[in-house]
Amino acid sequence: MFSNATSSLQRNAAPLLSSAARNSSFWAGVEMGPPDAILGVTEAFKKDSNPKKMNLGVGAYRDDNGQPFVLPSVHKAEMSIINKSLNKEYAPIGGEGDFCKESAKLAFGDDSVVVKDGLNVTIQGISGTGSLRVGGAFLKNWFPGNKVVYLPKPSWGNHTPIMKHSGLDVAGYRYYDAATCGLDFAGAVEDIKNIPEGSIIMLHACAHNPTGVDPTPEQWKELSQVVKAKKLLPFFDMAYQGFASGSVDKDAFAVRQFIDDGHMILLSQSYSKNMGLYGERTGAFTVVCQDKDEAARVESQIKIIVRPLYSNPPRHGARIVTEILTTPDIRAEWLVDVKTMADRIITMRDRLKAGLEREGSSHNWQHITDQIGMFCFTGMTPQQVEKITKDFSVYLTKDGRISVAGISSSNVDYLAHAMHAVTK
Amino acid sequence: TKLILLDSLLQEKMSMFADVAAAPPIEVFQLGRDYQADTDPNKVSLGVGAYRTDEGKPWILPVVKKAEALLAQKIDKEEINHEYLPVLGHESFAASATKMLLGESSPAVKEDRSFGVQALSGTGALRVGAEFLKNIMGRDTAYYSDPTWGNHGLIFKNAGFKTINKYRYWDADSKGLNFAGMIEDLNNAPEGAVIILHACAHNPTGIDPSKEQWGQIADLIKTKNLFPFFDCAYQGFASGCLDTDAWTVRYFVERGFELFCSQSFSKNFGLYNERAGNLTVVVNDVGPITSMKSQLTLLVRAMYSNPPAHGARIVDVVLQDPDMYQEWRDCIKIMANRIIDMRKGLRERLEKLGTPGTWNHITEQIGMFSYTGLTPEMCEFLKKEKHLYLLKSGRISMCGVNNGNLDYVAQAIHDAVTKFQ
Repeated sequence: MFSNATSSLQRNAAPLLSSAARNSSFWAGVEMGPPDAILGVTEAFKKDSNPKKMNLGVGAYRDDNGQPFVLPSVHKAEMSIINKSLNKEYAPIGGEGDFCKESAKLAFGDDSVVVKDGLNVTIQGISGTGSLRVGGAFLKNWFPGNKVVYLPKPSWGNHTPIMKHSGLDVAGYRYYDAATCGLDFAGAVEDIKNIPEGSIIMLHACAHNPTGVDPTPEQWKELSQVVKAKKLLPFFDMAYQGFASGSVDKDAFAVRQFIDDGHMILLSQSYSKNMGLYGERTGAFTVVCQDKDEAARVESQIKIIVRPLYSNPPRHGARIVTEILTTPDIRAEWLVDVKTMADRIITMRDRLKAGLEREGSSHNWQHITDQIGMFCFTGMTPQQVEKITKDFSVYLTKDGRISVAGISSSNVDYLAHAMHAVTK
Repeated sequence: TKLILLDSLLQEKMSMFADVAAAPPIEVFQLGRDYQADTDPNKVSLGVGAYRTDEGKPWILPVVKKAEALLAQKIDKEEINHEYLPVLGHESFAASATKMLLGESSPAVKEDRSFGVQALSGTGALRVGAEFLKNIMGRDTAYYSDPTWGNHGLIFKNAGFKTINKYRYWDADSKGLNFAGMIEDLNNAPEGAVIILHACAHNPTGIDPSKEQWGQIADLIKTKNLFPFFDCAYQGFASGCLDTDAWTVRYFVERGFELFCSQSFSKNFGLYNERAGNLTVVVNDVGPITSMKSQLTLLVRAMYSNPPAHGARIVDVVLQDPDMYQEWRDCIKIMANRIIDMRKGLRERLEKLGTPGTWNHITEQIGMFSYTGLTPEMCEFLKKEKHLYLLKSGRISMCGVNNGNLDYVAQAIHDAVTKFQ
């Protein structure tokens, strides 16, 4: 994945020594990295002059006018924070205690034994990515089992680079069933049963990215038992708590079920989507431990990882989050805001499916409403994707994934028409 | 055997992480905790490098408050939102930060041979740079000064550098620079080694090479084909003047070096917890820039995806507005001058008290920190008996000294030195 230019040293050393010319450079051998598929979609979208164009690439929520949405509760909290004129002193390496405690409570439930008994080490991470990265490093350094992370097929594109960068190997287990545009549950169970004991398994807590396909509660219970039987370490990625169903508790079902079943999980949380705090890089990383003593030791080792990465986390986003979670009326407002976003997504799904039916499509589009969260794996082939982009200026990634957040009342029918045109 | 252990651990409902050892606490933070816990009214914190006013309080720079108020208006009107920044950061911020370091008239700036990557403050910039040098350039040997900031070695080690050596720097006898030792050690460095250099206000010693010495260091780096990686955490904060403090980096650019420089806005903007930083990259040929940026993008994506917006926005607002930029320069002067005053005051008192030894190094050293020359024994005594909290290396943060405690600090140091000399 990383271009290895060990030979560049030899190649460039001689020229620099022998010639005084300033144009010879150390970096001449640096290879161009592969372009980012998702950013590529946005770049192409920007260049398109079609007034009906739609960007269904990047996963950032948009309101019904296609605009970025600053949650009213977040706005309120942020203005409150700004008016408090809090200082700029360094946060602790693991972030502020309140933020960490509230994040753990949000994930595990206020009454969770994990939080009550202090079994968790929770630190503020650089959003989801940074939390996963610290988790990867922790596993590399301290996991006594098989240092391979098993990802669902497919998974978020960045999981692999993060884990590899941390020094772990990655492998996969079946997950998405292209035939049904749903979950290949039997395949998942079979593959998980074949994972070497003591490995690490990555699970999307809710709103699977990129497919939008989540196990049912019953399926989660069964998965929990299978994972337990294989003595796998569950690493949950929860980037959409509240954003998926509209309920933070419902979306945390899998995480809480696994805790109830006795798993000691790792968890990465992101506030990018559910609080719209994308650019403030606010998230949390948790290790659930045996007891407080172990938690203290684990925490000390996590700090050792954080210091040479970025020393301590950015405060602004974390202060907003803490303000929201600890101020009852703002918290209540936030729960309404997040449900508003989730509801709008669900509504767009309903309307897209209805629109396709109205267009007279003979295909089964049930998966559009069965899937959940920001993304939808439409089932469109790369050829169909190419066509819909070319003919209708609808931009999405080659795998047929659309960001439902990019759909609005004013263009959902256009999209239905376009999708029908390329798939009929 | 591992799996059997795992199996039995899990059967007993024990944890996979039972064998995780407690890491030793990081000295400077333990020091902070000890200071907090101390109830003595005379206690003085001379540990962490964060600026304090003469009242011993953190200082939010007035120009920073102004910038935040402007941003707040925009946030209120939703002219600013929280969308993701580009992977390599806020473009205007990165460009302004690079220009601030290199100077507008820098050949690198004029010829578009430089660019900035917004990073998680100085630490993050060093880490991104180290990752690039290791993974993309195949470098695996680095050198840092003896002593240096405690995190330098850890950053490069965690980035994968296999060989990390020291070059001599601090001379305990003269309490100054061991220049001959430094030159000798760099002369023995293998070709291609990454040399971590402090752009100004060396941490922890406060000793900077002279211009003449920098010239010789540059000659050596060129001859030996080493790679200069500057750490610039104190631009403006050291002398009070941005240009003066950037002299070394600019000199290296004038001499035609390709280099990295990590920049922190923690101290000079007082933005510590917002993690505002920049990695300035200077190249000799614009050709590789696009490829370099693409590789840097991949590295950042695998670590944290994109940097935090708030701190960078504050800096950008200030650097883009000539009046605010000037106001900021004035703030830096206030901070730097207070430090210089405290250095003067401490030296005067120690000399007046007749404290054994020489104390001119207190005023000859520059920046936030001073390597006092106090021994670990003396430091322990100061902590236990005098409630002065400093690192056992003898490093003090001058920020912790103020007119309210100057006499006490001087007397305490005097007592420690006379007790153990």
